[in-house]
Amino acid sequence: MNITIVDYKSGNISSVINSFNEVTKDKVKIEVTSDINKIKLSDKVVLPGQGSFKSCVDGLNNINGLVDTLNEFVINVKKPLLGICVGLQMFADIGYEETETKGLGWISGKVSKIDNQNGKYKLPHIGWNQINIIKESSIFKGIENNSHMYFVHSYEFIPKDKNVISATTDYSSNLVCAVEKENIFGTQFHPEKSDKTGLNIISNFINL
Amino acid sequence: MLKNRIIPCLDVKNGRVVKGINFVDLKDAGDPVEQAKIYSDGGADEICFLDITASNENRDTIYDVVEKTSKKCFVPLTVGGGVRSLEDINKLLNCGADKVSINTAAVKNPEVVKDSSKKFGSQCIVVAIDAKRSGNKWEIFTHGGRNKTGIDAIQFSKKMEESGAGELLVTSMDRDGTQVGYDIELMSKISSNVNIPVIASGGVGNLDHLVDGIKLGNASAVLAASIFHYGKYSVKEAKEYLDSKGIPVRI
Repeated sequence: MNITIVDYKSGNISSVINSFNEVTKDKVKIEVTSDINKIKLSDKVVLPGQGSFKSCVDGLNNINGLVDTLNEFVINVKKPLLGICVGLQMFADIGYEETETKGLGWISGKVSKIDNQNGKYKLPHIGWNQINIIKESSIFKGIENNSHMYFVHSYEFIPKDKNVISATTDYSSNLVCAVEKENIFGTQFHPEKSDKTGLNIISNFINL
Repeated sequence: MLKNRIIPCLDVKNGRVVKGINFVDLKDAGDPVEQAKIYSDGGADEICFLDITASNENRDTIYDVVEKTSKKCFVPLTVGGGVRSLEDINKLLNCGADKVSINTAAVKNPEVVKDSSKKFGSQCIVVAIDAKRSGNKWEIFTHGGRNKTGIDAIQFSKKMEESGAGELLVTSMDRDGTQVGYDIELMSKISSNVNIPVIASGGVGNLDHLVDGIKLGNASAVLAASIFHYGKYSVKEAKEYLDSKGIPVRI
């Protein structure tokens, strides 16, 4: 098996790479690339994302053929993809960070700023928060409900179809923090920074 | 519910851990990679490295330390000290740092904060503010506390938030190394003036000081060095104590 972590020059992905290497212990080939031919040949793809929704979408669009390749991989070939943080957010149709920006449209919905209730809640939502698992998801195999995960974000994904939501977390409201739609998986939190529990989620994705 | 974070800080010089009293008189106490691993295994919510003499000396040792640590610790890693430019930030992030804290450069050239938060995202930009009481105000110091600036800490905090800082790491120069507790008034003033999380630092001598930093200082996270480093308390003991005082922590 080989897994590709998409490197589209948007934010820091070394922690994602380190965590996948830690979990696989060299038994699985981890490729970090933006080469669309390598992505096509992968068994699984990881789409990280840091910075703003717009900068990440721009980053994808700046690489010729990348979005088409990802669409093909996810929508037609239906191989597993894991989006992390803004990687998940980009599943949406549209995002409102910086300016209105079109997303990948894999899971219908929008990405809006978290309601800070007139300053009652600090943003970004930074730190360890508990996840409320509301739907069985294969990436949560062996993960206890109310486990702590590390978050850092100011925007939330609001999917139209609530059935895709696999976990929420409580900050200002019940924020969507994990989604699963067929072969598409996403976490708003950072499994790569969520200690052993986070590594277990990565392991579950690898073992899908 | 979002938990308050406990962040052990390791002051690093030439690739070794040190912790000074009022920023001078340093003692050597260990390998940073091993220390960081002990902390993360013990439940630290994040790890912070401050390369304290980075402004003056060979700084490449820190990159090696960060790279090794990030392969062993899977909790967020913040690195600061001598961070001047976007290239410095980029290099630290590429070595595996999750956040970078900027101190002197943020004062000298606030554009660094604006540009870096735009380029790398606010989530990885922490502005470190070293403040000293002066009458009923606080003044910012730079260069590891050596240089006066005449800049008001509260005004500066607001400016950094506007510039795109994701968090503020606020150190009381008066308290740092004294073990008499955080400057609570400073922490709560800054916290109430910004909408981004504040990390309290400087002066922790016992576990009640951590409680005060959160309850009275309204800090989202508490940073401490000596109390953990010299084995006075473990991170686990600190968390259990905070929990017993009704503070939400990750246990």
